[in-house]
Amino acid sequence: MSSARSEAASGASRSSGLLDWIDARFPLSKMLKEHATEYYAAKNFNVWYVFGVLAMVVLIIQLLTGIFLTMSYKPSAEDAFASVEYIMRDVEWGWLIRYIHSTGASAFFIVVYLHMFRGMMYGSYKAPRELLWIIGMLIYLALMAEAFMGYLLPWGQMSYWGAQVIVSLFGAVPAVGDALVEWIRGDYFISDITLNRFFALHVIAVPLALVMLVVMHILALHETGSLGPDGIEIKQNKGPDGIPLDGVAFHPYLTSKDLVAIVVFLILFSAVVFFAPEMGGYFLEHANFEPANRLKTPEHIAPVWYFTPFYAILRAVPSKGLGALLMGLAIVALFLLPWLDRCKVKSIRYRGWIFKVALMLFAISFLALGYLGLQPATEPVFVYAARIFTALYFAFFLFMPVYTRLEKTKPVPERVVYHG
Amino acid sequence: MFNKMISPRSSLLAMAAVVMLLPVTGFAAGAGAVLQPANNDLSNLPSLQRGARNFVNYCMGCHSAKYVRYNRLGADLSISDDQMINNLMFAAEKTTETMTVAMPADDAARWFGQAPPDLSLVARSLGTDHIYTFLRTFYVEEGSPTGANNLVLANASMPNVLWSLQGEQRLVVETDAEGHKNSRLELVSPGSLSPEEFDQFVRDIVNFLDYVGEPMQLERQRLGGWVIAFLLVFGVFAYLLKEEIWTDIEK
Repeated sequence: MSSARSEAASGASRSSGLLDWIDARFPLSKMLKEHATEYYAAKNFNVWYVFGVLAMVVLIIQLLTGIFLTMSYKPSAEDAFASVEYIMRDVEWGWLIRYIHSTGASAFFIVVYLHMFRGMMYGSYKAPRELLWIIGMLIYLALMAEAFMGYLLPWGQMSYWGAQVIVSLFGAVPAVGDALVEWIRGDYFISDITLNRFFALHVIAVPLALVMLVVMHILALHETGSLGPDGIEIKQNKGPDGIPLDGVAFHPYLTSKDLVAIVVFLILFSAVVFFAPEMGGYFLEHANFEPANRLKTPEHIAPVWYFTPFYAILRAVPSKGLGALLMGLAIVALFLLPWLDRCKVKSIRYRGWIFKVALMLFAISFLALGYLGLQPATEPVFVYAARIFTALYFAFFLFMPVYTRLEKTKPVPERVVYHG
Repeated sequence: MFNKMISPRSSLLAMAAVVMLLPVTGFAAGAGAVLQPANNDLSNLPSLQRGARNFVNYCMGCHSAKYVRYNRLGADLSISDDQMINNLMFAAEKTTETMTVAMPADDAARWFGQAPPDLSLVARSLGTDHIYTFLRTFYVEEGSPTGANNLVLANASMPNVLWSLQGEQRLVVETDAEGHKNSRLELVSPGSLSPEEFDQFVRDIVNFLDYVGEPMQLERQRLGGWVIAFLLVFGVFAYLLKEEIWTDIEK
């Protein structure tokens, strides 16, 4: 018994010896303290605060499955489609890896959209978190590029024609448009050359940028601190020990909470992967099970659901150039949010009815545009609806400096408040 | 052609999970005919075996299923190598080969106007109901290049290869009291199978194509049950751990 105990003790001292050895050469303990065990966040985080960590989980899922897909995928117009079927049929567990990756793409957007909406509700973009928000928006841009290029790789009909439509949008750039489109494709049409460069960007360039941006996003977050649903800075109320009174350490408190969220997420995720990987044609479009054919334009080209709000804005405008411009502005407007919002109060809990109504209308417009982007543009009623919701979408940003100044806000409490 | 159809196999569970997050919509049928439900059953092994036989004998003269390997087919559908070689492998020598056809695509394109498409994934791109309805709605049309036309795919370049089984159908267009035109198909001369037997014959082919489109369908659903069961149990412990850690935090 005693010998066992001394063995354990010597083992412990050996390991702390190792830790000391490392700490003298690399700030391991310091980093763990700063970013985990002594990083404090508001203790009343609600369910909206799980989507950041879920986005991280999906990123890791995508990186890991992506590596294994790359081992069997062939990025050439001749072999790409067949190599995906080879993965689905002949590679051990290939179908599972592929479905996890394809479902992960949609899951990424679901959690990121919810994460962004959380930020808008609780004023996470407001000073001093402007850079945090902008880095987050850059992640969103990189994510869109990543998803778009990844969707070309299976080389199905929708891969091909979706890329054709989206790449041709760059033709709307004045003067250099056509040359720009040719430069992006590397050819006069979407071809083997385009597929190869999209593959390179999808598996190396964009993921690298994504990972670096995510690191920056977390560093910026840990510099300014997590805000919490009351929109108050917990650092302003510290106890005698210097620990925020309303804060809990990221580890083990938030990690244990996040673990529950991750399991719930994985249950929903598995339900799709194992029981509905096509998700009724939303996650894997039916037409994409037909190989790309340059000579056969599909009747109805719809991008995957996560692009459809912007696609609807594009189609709402009769002129292609203006439509592409508005589509770009729809994303640029989000970048400007920290400066458009003039209200001093951060959280929606203490903001006036004007902002609540405006944010609600914005969310409805975004969802409605997403729905309309999936519909064929031949129905006039859909086109008019898309115009109305496009106007609402932009009105949210355009009039924000005005209506956020008119708001009657409620007093913001000193300390965090629990709801329900 | 590119209309979307919601697969009846889509799990209600998964649908319910994401329905709150997505603007879910119905899809308009772009095809000329109302699609009839195939109601095929992937767990019906005899139906899949008959479907394989029907496919090889009636479809594979022209259509390949080039992503499907004979030995995989044998393993999944409980068909022995001997049975396979003697009854199903007309154009292949080894069971490791895939279900390709001998007809050169260029010649086929010249003969039919377009090369008969590979059918490995047709159940996924068009849907099972589409194929089921397509195969059953050929009718006689004098003057057309193939002597037939189809309700689902007008002016299809595919001839009605199953006519001797189904018999001959003709298109009957009736105008009702309100002036709406209704068209239906009428069997004018019986085939070697009764209408019920013929429907089952087609359903077996559709079932086989459904399997071929995604051979691991049943396997993934079976596995999914276990994965979710594990996550549910793990979730209970994760929740208890969280509760335990949070006990000292006052609200």
